[in-house]
Amino acid sequence: MTTLVVAEHEAGALRPATLNVITAAKAIGNDITVLVAGQGAADVATAAGNIDGVSKVLHANDAAYAQEIAENLASLVLSVADGHTHILFAATAAGKNVMPRVAAVLDVSGISDITSVVSADTFIRPIYAGNAMATVKSEDATKVVSVRTTAFDPAAETGGSAAVETVAGAGASDLVEFIGEELSQSDRPELTSADIVVSGGRGMQNGENFAMLDEIAEKLNAAVGASRAAVDSGFVPNEYQVGQTGKVVAPNLYIAVGISGAIQHLAGMKDSKVIVAINKDEEAPIFQVADYGLVADLFDALPELSKALDG
Amino acid sequence: MKILVGVKRVLDYNVKARVNADKTGIELANVKMSMNPFDEIAVEEALRIKEAGNAEEVIAISIGSAQSQETIRTALAMGADRGILIETDELLEPLAIAKLLKHVVEKESPGLVLLGKQAIDGDNNQTGQMLSAMTGMAQATFASKVELDGDTAKVTREVDAGLESIKVKMPAVLTTDLRLNEPRYAKLPNIMKAKKKPLETIAVADTGVDVSSKLSVVEVNEPEQRKAGVIVSSVAELVEKLRNEAKVI
Repeated sequence: MTTLVVAEHEAGALRPATLNVITAAKAIGNDITVLVAGQGAADVATAAGNIDGVSKVLHANDAAYAQEIAENLASLVLSVADGHTHILFAATAAGKNVMPRVAAVLDVSGISDITSVVSADTFIRPIYAGNAMATVKSEDATKVVSVRTTAFDPAAETGGSAAVETVAGAGASDLVEFIGEELSQSDRPELTSADIVVSGGRGMQNGENFAMLDEIAEKLNAAVGASRAAVDSGFVPNEYQVGQTGKVVAPNLYIAVGISGAIQHLAGMKDSKVIVAINKDEEAPIFQVADYGLVADLFDALPELSKALDG
Repeated sequence: MKILVGVKRVLDYNVKARVNADKTGIELANVKMSMNPFDEIAVEEALRIKEAGNAEEVIAISIGSAQSQETIRTALAMGADRGILIETDELLEPLAIAKLLKHVVEKESPGLVLLGKQAIDGDNNQTGQMLSAMTGMAQATFASKVELDGDTAKVTREVDAGLESIKVKMPAVLTTDLRLNEPRYAKLPNIMKAKKKPLETIAVADTGVDVSSKLSVVEVNEPEQRKAGVIVSSVAELVEKLRNEAKVI
């Protein structure tokens, strides 16, 4: 019984999400094989072999995997799928893009975004924006699963000594061509793995005012996030969005500023350990999930908060 | 070119879902149901492509109970040309939905299939990708911009670190993200007209598609509730509590 974990990496390093997926794989209990697909990503494969709990690494080095093209990655996963009872992806944009293709070709149901492993065939996953938790049982021969990374601690990056085995590429689709990407550049921690997240909503009024959140984030070594309303209004780019259909975060501290707290936003942050809400509307639903609420005008509170963090 | 657009009837996005008494699912009796918001965006995009002269027909398809006709009528009132309902009272998983859509794709041969990236009930985010894999049509998910050029589509995709652009050959399956467009409201005269547009109903059994599933719901529970918090009176008190009580900064 072996579980295949499909690794993600960028800029020569594993994405933290893969470490969370490996913890989910450990909970399932099988031997763990990690698949690293990339071009010139041998160092990533080696790093994957060092992760605690990993017993084998499969490494495909091919131009077809220089970008995360769903068709190409799915073909590769399927080419090595035999002999694995579970195939796990991170529930990231990249993982969500590929997982269902693999499930469809294997003619099994995909199991999205699990937050808990009950047993090797039974999992818990949120539905309806996390307003309900469904326990689902799969009798498919292969369980094809995506894992909510914030629900599992990261596996230790050392302690393993798995051998790296080279596997052949599985071809490239001629239906799709990668053109380019515009990625946000930031020295800050990544939103989904940051210890502290400072998020702004419609109450921020414009993109310039997010500089106030940046200032606080800088002092707390936090990531900056946003509600859908702030993203739709063009204050900040899409990758800032926290919520049901954006990113799910569960930091130690989440500070929601000028966010009313729609169901869809709460779905993305209500598993944070400590939630602070700053909002001038004392009726805002965000206060219902906040551990500490401050009813105040954010334009008064933020400068004061920034100053208080210096002291 | 035809565009096939999927529309799902779901619990309205403003209604808080509550687990039913026997813990088998969500209470859906006497609550407001609406079109999945991502599907509204898909319908809008299909209509814009047609209005730009790049498609002749927009077909709205739903898979669900007889009441899903209302959802199809909404799409028709927005401007879709005709509707197809594959009728079932079972709650189908994405795998079965994708198989049924494939059945219709084979019959209708659309140049584009537009689907929401996820439905806000099951939150699976699977159907489009599955349909692409099953049919061999190209895949472009989480689209925030779609530009057609001959038999290719340039799609800007929302990914975790920003935006990515890919070019796919048509026929293709596209799934919509939130910022692709702002869907129009159906105007009253169009709502009236929509009642006369063709809507074909097919029983799942008549498709010959195997919709059985090996994934079953054991039970559905409320999530853990957070403990009630406190309202602090000042920024100073907030910082003091975060430092000394919660110890998170």
